Parts: sequence; C-alpha cells; structure tokens
Amino acid sequence: MRNAGSEEATRSPPRTDDDTGAETVLELSGVRKAYRSETAVSGVDLAVERGELLTLLGPSGCGKTTTLRLIAGLDAPTEGTVTVGGETVAGDGAVTPPEERDVGMVFQEFALFPHLTVAENVAFGLDDLDDAATDARVDELLDLVGLAAYGDRAPGDLSGGQRQRVALARSLAPEPDVLLLDEPFSNLDVRLRVEMREEVKRILDEAGVTAVSVTHDQEEALSISDRVAVMHDGRIEQVGAPGDVFEHPESRFVASFLGQADFLPARVGESAVETPLGSYARARLKGVTDDYRGATVDALVRPDDLRATPTADADADGRVVGRRYAGPSFVYRVELADGTVVSCLHNHTEEFAVGTPVTVELVADHPLAWYPDR
Amino acid sequence: MSAEEPGRVRAAVGLGGDDGDEVGPGVAALAGAVAAAVLSPLAWLLLRATEIDPAAALSLVTSPTATEVLANSLLLVGVVTSASVLLGVPLAVLTVQTDLPFRRLWTVLVALPLVVPSYIGAFAYVSAFGPNGELADLLGPFGVSVPTVYGLPGTALVLTLFVYPYVFLTTRASLLSFDDSQLEAARTLNDGYLAAFRRVILPQITSGVTAGALLVALYVLSDFGTPAIMRFDVFTRVIYVELNSFGVGRANATLLSLELLAVTAVVLALESRVGGDETAGYGTPASATPVVSLGRYRWVAAALPALVTLFTLALPVGVLAMWLVRSGPGYAGGGLAFRPAFAANSVYVAAVAAGATVVLALPVAYYAGRSDSWFARATERATYLGYAMPGVVLGLALVFFGIRYAPALYQTLPLLVFAYVVRFLPQAVGSTRSSVLGVDRQLLGAARVLGASRRRTFRRVTLPLVAPGLLAGAALVFLTTMKELDTTLILHPTGFTTLVTYIWRVQEAGYYGRAALPALVLVVVSGLSMIPLLRQGGDDA
Repeated sequence: MRNAGSEEATRSPPRTDDDTGAETVLELSGVRKAYRSETAVSGVDLAVERGELLTLLGPSGCGKTTTLRLIAGLDAPTEGTVTVGGETVAGDGAVTPPEERDVGMVFQEFALFPHLTVAENVAFGLDDLDDAATDARVDELLDLVGLAAYGDRAPGDLSGGQRQRVALARSLAPEPDVLLLDEPFSNLDVRLRVEMREEVKRILDEAGVTAVSVTHDQEEALSISDRVAVMHDGRIEQVGAPGDVFEHPESRFVASFLGQADFLPARVGESAVETPLGSYARARLKGVTDDYRGATVDALVRPDDLRATPTADADADGRVVGRRYAGPSFVYRVELADGTVVSCLHNHTEEFAVGTPVTVELVADHPLAWYPDR
Repeated sequence: MSAEEPGRVRAAVGLGGDDGDEVGPGVAALAGAVAAAVLSPLAWLLLRATEIDPAAALSLVTSPTATEVLANSLLLVGVVTSASVLLGVPLAVLTVQTDLPFRRLWTVLVALPLVVPSYIGAFAYVSAFGPNGELADLLGPFGVSVPTVYGLPGTALVLTLFVYPYVFLTTRASLLSFDDSQLEAARTLNDGYLAAFRRVILPQITSGVTAGALLVALYVLSDFGTPAIMRFDVFTRVIYVELNSFGVGRANATLLSLELLAVTAVVLALESRVGGDETAGYGTPASATPVVSLGRYRWVAAALPALVTLFTLALPVGVLAMWLVRSGPGYAGGGLAFRPAFAANSVYVAAVAAGATVVLALPVAYYAGRSDSWFARATERATYLGYAMPGVVLGLALVFFGIRYAPALYQTLPLLVFAYVVRFLPQAVGSTRSSVLGVDRQLLGAARVLGASRRRTFRRVTLPLVAPGLLAGAALVFLTTMKELDTTLILHPTGFTTLVTYIWRVQEAGYYGRAALPALVLVVVSGLSMIPLLRQGGDDA
C-alpha cells in the first residue's frame, strides 16, 4: 500500500510516532502562506517530537524556508495554526511575535552582531539572568561548542566554522523549546561542511534540543536528521526516517530528488514482470498486488541497481549514450531499445566508449519501489 | 578610500608592474604646481596675520565681540547639528525600515531640500515671515505683529531645514547596508523591535549618523548667506562685515578667519577619524524591503515627512512663486530692475570656471590615479582645501592678495574664476580620478606594445576613456558656480552683476518680488547639479 496511489496519499497528514508516545513540541496544522498572488506554503501539517532533529528538504522555492520563518514568527501564516511547547503562537488571526516565542534560530549567514564580542553575542538573549549567571551560562555554551577561549574575539575575526559555532551557542543560550536552522551549512566550504554536520549533530544531541533544519542538500539531510520531510511546491510530500524515505520514496518527485532516479516501464503479469531489460520475478516489485495485473507501472531504478555489460550488437538491450567520470566511479547513461534512458554505476576501471552496445542487468538486492503509469 | 582598491588591484595585474613608468615627471610637476596655486590663499592669509601686532591680535581675539562670535558659531553648530540628527535619523528609519505609505516618494522628497541653496531658503523665510514679509502684510491691518525671524532661532531653523538631508542620506546608507537578518536574530533572541533597534541597529549606524552630523557642522561653520540674511553674528557674517570696513576691521577679519579655520580643522579631524572607524558587517546586506510594520500608525507616521516637505519645499517655492505672480507694477519700482544680462553673466563666468577647473583637475587626478607615491597623495589632498576653507575666508585671502600683490587682478574676472577653481577643484578631481581609475591598465599596456608613445597613448586611449568623468566634473562645477554666493559677493568686478549678486542686492533692499525669478532659476539649477551626484552615488532610491 505504501507505493500504490502514493501521489495522492501525500495530501493526508504525515504519520506520527505512536510507539513511544513521545511528546510533541512543535505542531503545524493546515499552515498556508500566500504572498500577494503567490502561494509559498500550501497546507503543511507537521508534528515534531521532543529531542528530535527534523529536516525540511526540498529544492529552492519549495516553501521550506518560509515554513521555518512561520515557525519562528518572522512571518505570519495566511491560514492554519502553529503550536510551540503546547502554546498556540499563530492561528485564528492572532500571531505571537518572535521575541515572545520560545524559539531559537541559526541564520543562513549566521547574523552575528559585528559590534559585539563572541561572549556578548552569546549573552544577547540572556536578559533575565544576573551578571554572574549570564557569565556562567555563556562559559557553559562556549565550552559546548568548543570555543571556550574565544569569548573576547570579534565575530569578524572568526572562520566560517567558528562563526557557526557562535551562532549555535547564541541561539541555544536562552534554552528555546525549538531550535531552527536555516541552511546552516550552505555558507561553509565543502570540506568544512561535512565536518560541521557531525559537530552540529553532536552539539544538538548534547544540548538535547528539539530542532528543525532546512536544506536543499539531500546528503546533508539524510546524514544528520532523525526524520526528513521532503517538500515540494509548498507541501510536504513525505515524512520519515532517512533510510525509509530514500529507499521507499512515495512519489516520483521524492525519488528523483533523493539521488539519481530512472523509471523503468514494467508490465505486471501473473508471477513475472516484463521490462525492456527482460523478464523478472514479480516479487522484485515491492508489494505489487493482483489489482495491477495486466497494467504497466514505472519501477524506480537507481544507478547502483543496474549493471551494463558490453555485448554484440544483436544481443544488446541498448547502447551507451553518455558517461560521467567521478573519480572512483563511472556512471553510464544507457538508452534502451524503447527509448527509456537508465543509469548504471561502475567501478572506474570499467571503461566503455560512448556508442558501445550493452546488455543491462538488474542487480538490485532489494525490492524496487514503483509508481502507477502516468 | 575603497575607490583606491580597484586601482591597486589593476596595478598588480596590468602590464608593467612598475608604477612610476606611466606618469612622467612633467605630469608630477604640473600637479604640484596646481596644488601650490590652490594652497596659496592660505599662505596669503597667514602672511597677512603675521603683519598684525601680536598684542593687538591678542586683545582682538579675546575681546567680548570676538568671544561672542565664537560662542554664537559654536551654539549655532550645536543646535543645527542636534536638530538635524533628530530630524534626519527618524526620517531615514521610517523610509528604510518601515512600511510607510509612499516611502520611495518620501525618500526623494526629504532628500531634496539639499537642492535649495540655504540662502535662498533663508530669503524665502524672511520674505514670508520677516517684518516686511508676506505674513506681516497680511496680519498688519489687524494690529498683530509677527515674532521676529531674525537671530539664532530663525537661523537655526532655516539651516536645519536645508542641511538635515546630510544626516538623512548618510544614515540611510548605513541602514541600507545593515543586514536585516541581524534584526531577525535579535527578535528570535527575545528582543522587540525597539530593544533590537537600540542594541543592534543603533550601534552599527552610529558612524553613519556621525559622518552626516559632521558634514552638517562643516556646512554650518562655513555658511555665510543664511546667518547674514537672518542677522545672526557668527564668524562668516562678522568676517564679511569687517572685510568691508577698513583699518582694524581687516585685521579683525583675518584673525576671525584663522579662528574659523581652526574650528573647521577640528571638525575635519573628527570626520577623518569617524570615516576610518567603520565596523563593517560581513554578511550580505539585505534589500531595502521594510522590516517593521507600523500597522495603523502608518498614516500618522507619514505626517513627519509630509510636514518636513511642507516647510522645506512647498513653502519656499510657494513664497517665491507667489512673489513672481504678484510682481506687478507695485514691485517694479526702484533702480533695481532685473536684466537678462545678469543671467548671461552667471552662465559666462560659470562656464569659464568649469573649463578652467577641469583643465587643472586633470593632471592632479591623473597623477593621483596612476601613482602611489606620497607626492601624488599630497597633491591630491592639497586640492581638497576648497572643501575646508569657507568661501568668506577664501574671499578675504584673495582680496588681500589682490590689494597687496596684484592690484591689476583685484576685482577682475580672472581672480574671481581662480576663487571658483580653488573652491570647486575637489569636485572635478573626484569625478576625474575615479574615471582614471576605471581605465583598464591592460589597455595602456596594449597601446604601448602596439608602438604608441606615452603621449600618444594618453591622447588616443586614456583621454577618450576619461572624457565622461571630465564632463561630469565640468557640469558639476558649472552648476555649483552658478549658485555660489560667498566668493562671488566678495570678489566680483564692480558693475559685473550675476544672478546671485542681484538676489543679494534686492534682498538687502527689501524688494523681495524682484528676487523671485532669479531665485527660482537658481533652485532649478541646483536641482540639476544633484543629478551627477546621484549618478555617482548609485541609484539606491
């Protein structure tokens, strides 16, 4: 049932974990945001549980940053309610301003105050503590982010990674119910990005904070999140653990957005499916039922699911029409006899010229996701 | 300062790393000569001061009159500067950060008073509210007398209304470069807008506000027309009055000039410190989208720019237009009829000044743009004296020079044009220098490799490329010369009447109706002079 009719299924609210009875800290229900004629967010329902890191993942313009700003209170929703820590902060025309919500935010460019030192930045949100308590809390946080010796520095003197640590410490200092991270790694260079992902994950876990982050980088989302919510056109298409979402995308969009995806037409028979690559057991399509017998569906195949082997012209399934060299590996684009183009992942030692006739074999060791034919 | 950087970068990538080889000794000598000529008035002034008996000088400087003049000047600077900050900063915040209705329109309108020469503003106010003015005429029959517009309150009011845009513009620039996400960060850290403004925005725009305030202070110190019309005894007015008396008056004017220059130097020193002390943000500056919603107070807030526009633009222009319409036979009496020749004189002398200034600016700008030597920097700095030296002081120095050393030049057009050159050379050097820096050095290298001599390269490549900058500089000098009051008044040849000297004569005589047309012409001319300035500053409105 997971796959069948999945593109419609996304309209229903995402699942909530019922096995642990975990406490919901942040809840969005029916949230819509329209700017003049444009709709940025068109009906988002989402529940985030205490202590988890949920990532909103999607291409630019999908409404993920707008959703984050609606949670922070930097924008007001056109419709729907937002609840933080059991308190409704937006809904029924009433909107609580950001300063009265228990949310913290790490900005894309970090937004550190250049006229204040690192310690003063971290202390900024600690209005209600006395001086000694403020100092103690600042020290505690600078310790947490590994910048204990940097309290007197100016933000302008810090490296990108250090700025991000300060931004994290500053937003965590007032102990927000929810921490929001807006593309937190986009401002770092590639090498630092991977390192900081793990570091940020560690800091968030140690602080035990509930967090919502936003990114367009699927690798980042998959690697740091407890759950991923894939957004498309102002809606959430699928929410789930990273592995679930990657292996069982509920829609073509999710499949294509998470990694390279090609779709292989497959005609469902009694016990077998017919594809341009030949006949395979029906069980290789995940959970296909008799209802689909006789129908043609699209099976999701990723480059590592397929292998190409050079062969004589007469036996070939298709020919190589393109290749991408990526250091350790090659990805070959193969055009099949019926015009379908698929990708095959190969070791860098296996080098075929463009134009080579090949047979393509399905080598996936897991059942394939599939979608009703369009 | 930042304008220097591209030049340095180009120097590094251009052909021929050696910097000196492009600028011949002839150019350096020429630039040095221009700088020396520009600095000469200061020398004449100092020379004149040494002729005064020290004991007499001391008693003059410490006399009650001199002390009062100093106190008045400082008081006026203090009042106008504070008032300009109080007016300019809220207007900048309203037009940049809030959803004020029609904020683009207000942005232009509240910057526009800078276009009206403050002496025209003062003239309009006096002719409206003065003892012979429109309001007195209206209320006279009812036995109501109007409170006087003369003295400190009137002077401070008029100056504030026409110079606060300096603060508005520098504050606006600071606010535009402010990264809005910092404001959002402060709000997620539990600050409301007002608290965030105080803790985050204000500390970061302070240098911009201060820069504007110092420009206001410099303007107020050097302005002659407004205090003269509004009859408030500050340095410039007293210097002018003393200059026209003889004997001890001239000595007094010299000493007061030196005192005024000293005060100006203090302000300039402050300004250069502020300029270098910028805590630049490193994030991407946000766009000028409003971040604060005023809600139902939007329209209430719009009253502030509306009132300011009423008093700075609508009222003066309205008064002048009314005089113009009413200048029937009743106002045509007296021996002060306006003649088109006055306008022709203005255009003529301004055109000569513009040409001379640009020709003299070229070697200085070229040298400064192409060489990193200390001498190049020094010659360029020297030409900025015109900014620092109030027109009245410059006039005094040249009067002294003419009488003592060059009687043949005294009260002639060449001396007047020279004064304009000294005063407006910085404008021409500025625009020319930036276009010299804009010329890709690789082009020059290419020309040389193709066999062109240095001179031919200059004529065939550099000159055509910097021509737009030269033209812009010339236009700016032309327009500012047209409205220049101080030096024109002091140095114009007898019998040579320009728009400005005509306005001055009729306003002194109280024939307000006569001045309306030339004054409106000058307002339009000044408006035109803003166009190249706006182009240079980039269109951020």
